[in-house]
Amino acid sequence: MKNIRNFCIIAHIDHGKSTLADRLLEYTNTITKRESQAQVLDDMDLERERGITIKSKAIKMEYELNGEKYILNLIDTPGHVDFSYEVSRSIAACEGALLIVDAAQGIQAQTISNLYLALEHDLEIIPILNKMDLPGAMPEEVKDQIVDMIGCKREEIIPASGKTGMGVYEILQAIIDRIPAPKGDPEAPLQALIFDSVFNSFRGIYAYFRVLNGSIKKGDKVKFMATGSTYFADEIGLLRLKPEARDEVKTGDVGYLISGIKEAREVKVGDTITHVDRPCTEQIKGFEDVKPMVFAGIFPVDTEDYEELRYSMEKLQLNDASLTFEPESSAALGFGFRCGFLGMLHMEIIQERLEREFNMTVLTTVPNVSYHAYLTNGEDLVVNNPTDLPDPSKLDRIEEPFIRAQVITKAEYTGSIMTLCIQKRGMLVNQNYLTTDRVELIFEMPMGEIVFDFYDKLKSLSRGYASFDYHPIDYRESKLIKLDLMLNGEPVDALSSLIHRDNAYDFGKKICEKLKELLPRQQFEIAIQASIGAKVIARETVKAMRKDVTAKCYGGDISRKRKLLEKQKEGKKRMRQVGSVEIPQSAFMAVLKLD
Amino acid sequence: MPGLYIHIPFCRQACTYCDFHFSTSSHYRPQLVSAIAKELAFRASEWQDEPMKTVYFGGGTPSQLLPSELDEIFNAVHRNFKISSSAEITFEANPEDLKVEYIKHLKAIGINRLSIGIQSFREPDLNQMNRAHDAAQAISCVEQAASEGISSISIDLIYGIPELSNEAWLEQLNIAARLPINHLSCYALTVEQGTPLAKMINQGKRKNTDDEQAENHFQLLQKWAPTEGFSHYEVSNLAREGGRAKHNSAYWSGESYLGIGPSAHSFQNNIRRFNIPNNQKYIRSLRDGDAEHEIENLHVHERYNEIVLTGMRTSTGIDKNEILKTGKAFMDFFLDILENHPDRKQITQTDTHIQLSSNAWFRADGIASDFFFLPESSK
Repeated sequence: MKNIRNFCIIAHIDHGKSTLADRLLEYTNTITKRESQAQVLDDMDLERERGITIKSKAIKMEYELNGEKYILNLIDTPGHVDFSYEVSRSIAACEGALLIVDAAQGIQAQTISNLYLALEHDLEIIPILNKMDLPGAMPEEVKDQIVDMIGCKREEIIPASGKTGMGVYEILQAIIDRIPAPKGDPEAPLQALIFDSVFNSFRGIYAYFRVLNGSIKKGDKVKFMATGSTYFADEIGLLRLKPEARDEVKTGDVGYLISGIKEAREVKVGDTITHVDRPCTEQIKGFEDVKPMVFAGIFPVDTEDYEELRYSMEKLQLNDASLTFEPESSAALGFGFRCGFLGMLHMEIIQERLEREFNMTVLTTVPNVSYHAYLTNGEDLVVNNPTDLPDPSKLDRIEEPFIRAQVITKAEYTGSIMTLCIQKRGMLVNQNYLTTDRVELIFEMPMGEIVFDFYDKLKSLSRGYASFDYHPIDYRESKLIKLDLMLNGEPVDALSSLIHRDNAYDFGKKICEKLKELLPRQQFEIAIQASIGAKVIARETVKAMRKDVTAKCYGGDISRKRKLLEKQKEGKKRMRQVGSVEIPQSAFMAVLKLD
Repeated sequence: MPGLYIHIPFCRQACTYCDFHFSTSSHYRPQLVSAIAKELAFRASEWQDEPMKTVYFGGGTPSQLLPSELDEIFNAVHRNFKISSSAEITFEANPEDLKVEYIKHLKAIGINRLSIGIQSFREPDLNQMNRAHDAAQAISCVEQAASEGISSISIDLIYGIPELSNEAWLEQLNIAARLPINHLSCYALTVEQGTPLAKMINQGKRKNTDDEQAENHFQLLQKWAPTEGFSHYEVSNLAREGGRAKHNSAYWSGESYLGIGPSAHSFQNNIRRFNIPNNQKYIRSLRDGDAEHEIENLHVHERYNEIVLTGMRTSTGIDKNEILKTGKAFMDFFLDILENHPDRKQITQTDTHIQLSSNAWFRADGIASDFFFLPESSK
């Protein structure tokens, strides 16, 4: 046990976490350079493309230093705010963390909040200044930031480059020297923390765990304390590049468990594994049942694909327990599902996975948060869909979720970011200068504003320099009303939204203008109307298509023209007909793209 | 019987709207003419002595060729192909090239149809489009050709030019009707990407085209045509009695054609061939054999889509027999869509054909694509 080191990596997206992790694997001969398909840890295609880790992973390395053999377990963490609970569980499984900061960009909001999580868990932090090879690196300035942030000594910061391999041996040495070996009682009853789970279509669910006390043997009868379910440990083992079966996983080590579980939701991240016969007395602290924060409708483009969509969603849920869904029926879009996501990125990922892995063509409606509607008769309702909002006459009040948002930016952008946050009904609660030109701004604002276009706007206002993180705090009463949209007089329920009363007129006008831009011309005129109740507050018109024919169609034109029209037709397939009007997917998301 | 198309990729100057394959440099013209003659010889065997029903010289500007170059190509045509004795032999020409001597030469080598790129009888339009002729030449060349005994003459006109009023467009048509022509092609001005016109519009130097104006011009044309004895037999083509273009009509009815020259397309047995659209590479490739080209094997559904696409544009309509050749399933597919199509009232059927009313021709492409069959590639 004294030669085991469990650690994770804290880094902002693009700060080079995965590349540096690959170097560690390479320098410890866990993989050869040839095997190192760039960024081994991110093995979902989507992850590699987006350069972020969606699901965390773990991998065991062996390294010899001064004649002693060490086991280094790297627990990878997701790098996005949507997945902060998973991050917190990974952190809880470690004794140390590598804090990777891009030498050109400095510390970002996401890094700070994860760093705080790590400090809360008393992790030993090893600061690393990555991407030292970049011409834009400002090592001295970023070192100042790090020293301010964690109170370490300047010389404790390791300059490195995942690209060139600079600093990798120093990092390995620091992991062994500075991170404490796991503590724990090998003789105590089994207590292991599940920090991740992975779905395998042949074997079912792999639960990844860290043993805090006791040990687990193959064939043991175990119990997951939060869910109360019991299983046999059909197979246990260690996490090399591929899982390697073992007879026992001991105190302090990291391993996996296969027990015939078929669905991801049975394995809850943060749950505690113990023995049925000799259980531990306490669950490991910090377990939460993750709740979806953002809701949106997902509909098949072709109504006949509903059952296939259900099947695909169920499959997806097998390996992504944080996805929730229930059937929804829309007058405009027919049958589909109301889905709950951890956040906006999670929503995009699900949509992309449906398309890539299941070949589904889907429409996603405007996302919203979960509202509480209090009725005059004393009932209260959870409203996850604007169309479910009860009639205003029966409503006493509506409450919406608020978040505490943290923005870190260059000082010069403070003014415009404050303006944005105030537009988004935010209240500034704190402002801190981290260094002379880096400011941390803390706001309280409605989460509903975040799911619209806040993040994109923040990025463009700050030229990409602002970073953003948030946590839900509470529900607060708001003057919300339902804004409906009609196309040629037919209401399109999937375009309804709940918005603050003061913004309704402006919003209605903008969304009509945006829809005018996004709806393709059709063979007749289309009237776009926004209304509150029966009152129309904005109107735009899409003129009828007048000309849709090319002048020439001779020997050399036919093939090119056919291909062009085939492509157009392919595009039309992605549209949904509501009444007589064909609506492209982009129109359902129009709300997200208002200026 | 197949048709033969020969592409002459040279122009005196670039028209602002044109995105066809051409070059304004003529110093390697002799090599290109020889290369065309070579390709004619090389590909004769593909067509097994079938007599050609039509021959068409298009471009570019075929009238840029010198009489001697024309002879070289014609000799190669006759050496390698049988030309039906009643063949329509069309030659595209620009007004400024149609001098008496040149017309006489064309007639002598067997050209019996001229397609003249007049585009406009109005000086301001011609200048804007960077055409090389003036309004007077536009009229005199047609009269000249007719008096030299070319019995079939077609002219091209362009409408939908932002500065062209409805009255001015009608006036254009009336000038055309007084000329000794039996065919008229009227094209809506189209802003093609990468053309000088597109650039000028982007820079705000020219007005963009307006669909509503183009539609007005088109409707004027439709009303005008019968008053001057023209039948509107394809979106952009009108003919007097007996004047329909046989060569172009063959494209729309799916007949075979052999295309010679850079960028020319060929079509035979559901195989389409595209010659490389680059003069130098074309010449180079013919030194060692066939012209550089690509081949496209049409899937049966692609063939069906093309039948629909071309048939929707003509007064004859879609030939049901041609669809049935691709399979009865395609016919059923078509009729199934027709049942609920918003334009179903504009589509009529005879025993042999399905026709889109000319009222809806200005939207023919969009309507055609509604009837396209796309395989479920994504599933």
